[in-house]
Amino acid sequence: MNLIINIIIGGLISGSTFALLAIGFSLIFGVARIVNFAHTAFYMLAAYCIYVAAQLMGLHPIWGMLAAIVLVALLGMISYKALINPIREHEGAVLIATIALAMIFQEVMSLIFTGTYLSVPALIGGYFKLLGVKVFYQQLLTFCAALLVMVVLWVLLMKTKLGLAIRSTAQDREVANLMGINEARVAMMTMGLSVGLAAFTGAIVVPLTVLEPQMWGGPLVMMMAVVVLGGLGSIKGSFIAAYILGFAEALVVFLAPMGAYLKGSVALSIMILVLLIRPEGLFGVYFEEER
Amino acid sequence: MNKLGKGMIISVIVFLFAMSPWAVVSAQEIKIGVIGPMKFVQGIGQWNGATMAAEEINAKGGIQVGNKKMKIKLVQADSNEFLNVTDATNAMERLMTQDKVDLVVGGFRSEAVLAMQDIAMDHKKIFIGIGAAHPELCERVAKNYNTYKYWFRGSPFNSTYLVRTAFIHLGTVGAVMKQSLNIPMIKVAIVMEKAMWADPMIPAAQGAIPKMGMEIAGVWRPSPVATDVTAELSAIQSSGAQIIFEIFSSSVGIPFSRQAGELKIPAFQVGINVEAQKEGFWQATQGMGNYVMTSDTYARGVEYNELTKPFVDGYIKRFREVPTYTADTYTAIVYGLAPVIEQAGTLDSDKLVSILEERVYKIPAGTVKYMKNAEGKPLHDLTWGPGFTTGIATQWQDGKIMGVWPYKWKLTPESPEVTYKGVVPIKLPPWMIEKYKK
Repeated sequence: MNLIINIIIGGLISGSTFALLAIGFSLIFGVARIVNFAHTAFYMLAAYCIYVAAQLMGLHPIWGMLAAIVLVALLGMISYKALINPIREHEGAVLIATIALAMIFQEVMSLIFTGTYLSVPALIGGYFKLLGVKVFYQQLLTFCAALLVMVVLWVLLMKTKLGLAIRSTAQDREVANLMGINEARVAMMTMGLSVGLAAFTGAIVVPLTVLEPQMWGGPLVMMMAVVVLGGLGSIKGSFIAAYILGFAEALVVFLAPMGAYLKGSVALSIMILVLLIRPEGLFGVYFEEER
Repeated sequence: MNKLGKGMIISVIVFLFAMSPWAVVSAQEIKIGVIGPMKFVQGIGQWNGATMAAEEINAKGGIQVGNKKMKIKLVQADSNEFLNVTDATNAMERLMTQDKVDLVVGGFRSEAVLAMQDIAMDHKKIFIGIGAAHPELCERVAKNYNTYKYWFRGSPFNSTYLVRTAFIHLGTVGAVMKQSLNIPMIKVAIVMEKAMWADPMIPAAQGAIPKMGMEIAGVWRPSPVATDVTAELSAIQSSGAQIIFEIFSSSVGIPFSRQAGELKIPAFQVGINVEAQKEGFWQATQGMGNYVMTSDTYARGVEYNELTKPFVDGYIKRFREVPTYTADTYTAIVYGLAPVIEQAGTLDSDKLVSILEERVYKIPAGTVKYMKNAEGKPLHDLTWGPGFTTGIATQWQDGKIMGVWPYKWKLTPESPEVTYKGVVPIKLPPWMIEKYKK
């Protein structure tokens, strides 16, 4: 019984982190067809912002978190305007450019902070016991944040004018343009929103992880697995796929402790398996549109 | 001015520079290459140690080489070996061909050092390894002496002895727990990162732990770069383990210790946790790494011999932190190379090798005597054991790294007790005492 509870809790927590990252990535891909490989690098930048605010300036981490979201979202929009927008029509070039952007961020952080492993305090310290299993409050916060983000995003997309513009652009950029929607501005705002979500994820997750300039690589792979499994561009798909891979990871750790290091590989194998059966992913948008 | 004229002016400038006093000064210098991952703590330690050595020697006028004093000039080479082994070989090649160094110290990852070693050996330059622990680095010397004789191990001692020492630490903790908590049969969780160097340690631990009168609760192999190990920790707690025997050289040592401390997992962490050797560990774990015990080299107040205190205190004064073993570039230059160069009166590598391999000399972490293998062939590896190099074990006790081993340690029941000056008893976490004390 204890084992099952452990697996459920572990899966929900890992899944929430993946979901937070993948939703932002899916959003910008769904709207602007931008494969932003720098998404998790923005997450890394947010984590360093919080470190600077909380550890070096002695502020409460919540201030660092707010500053990180605003600054990183702004940086995302600037990056879009200066780097991505001019080459947006060439998807391959955008892909390479975002990888380069991520590498630049990594090297800049290495120069400033070196490769030293750092950390930040939890927003809510301590743990509680749930059916005999110890759970950090910070992990509970991550789980709640994932649900909250989903709700807020749903409201934004379904109940606001901006949401309508985003959805219209996602469905057909040219028609949206003809209807008077400034498609380029919508794309830039979506980029800000997407990167802001990455920053928010960084802010929530960083107390549970180790801060270092290469910290964006691992989450990038898992995030890509989630969005491909869920269907490129599908927010709903990303959300569900994130929990599928989260549970896969938890199962590996608890059922095969000697192979705990394989948890990422097993999750990726599940993705490949699903794609072999259903190439468009669980809720594929991209492939459906291409047909 | 035509192209010919410009070319002539440049040629004259180059000629004048070559003949200038600066060029003469550079010929009076001993160039020592310091190679390592310079953006990481390990490389920073290597550079700091070498810097301190160079400053100290140069302040005294340099090293006496024959009838002239030569100052040390350090050349930094960033090997970037954590991310790319090719960068490491390129950096070594540059030291050899462009910077034309006389000697090299450093290197960290065994995989990278094996490749760097070949380059230095090709150029017949002495390379003192400060960081890599794989035995193969020295076995090469015995296998092919003429090629690899320029390699010497500086720090740490080889991984076979690292493991042996870690088992001794495990046994020491087991004895303390049996005595103070009255646990008849202690269960040990083996937690080792999934890395090549740790693989042979699993069967070794599985063989050694039952012989030490303890039971194995299970084996866990997290990724070296795992950032969340709460699932593993839950499983370890469910297994009933009272000791976690851990082997971590990578970042996973931080989340593991932090999360174990925050969740108050009732199991004592002992073994090798490289991150716990650094003063930044306390910040990195937000103070949750308290009571973690690891094999180590230096700690405030712990003295192997009369050389330890001046080195450790001097390093702390200069760099505001306790040196880790990668700062033994200081040791390699001050106690290894400098006296040998003075004795040889030359920088000729072959002459230096013949003196260095026979020398027995004190360093801040013990005494260096280079080993020979079973067939009597030179290994240029460090002798391990009381009276030579043993390392120490440190434990985080309320925000400070304290030396906790050797404390009344006997290598064999007949051996004399060994206690280094400044070593204090091991402290058990209060939540363990609360859980197990009857």
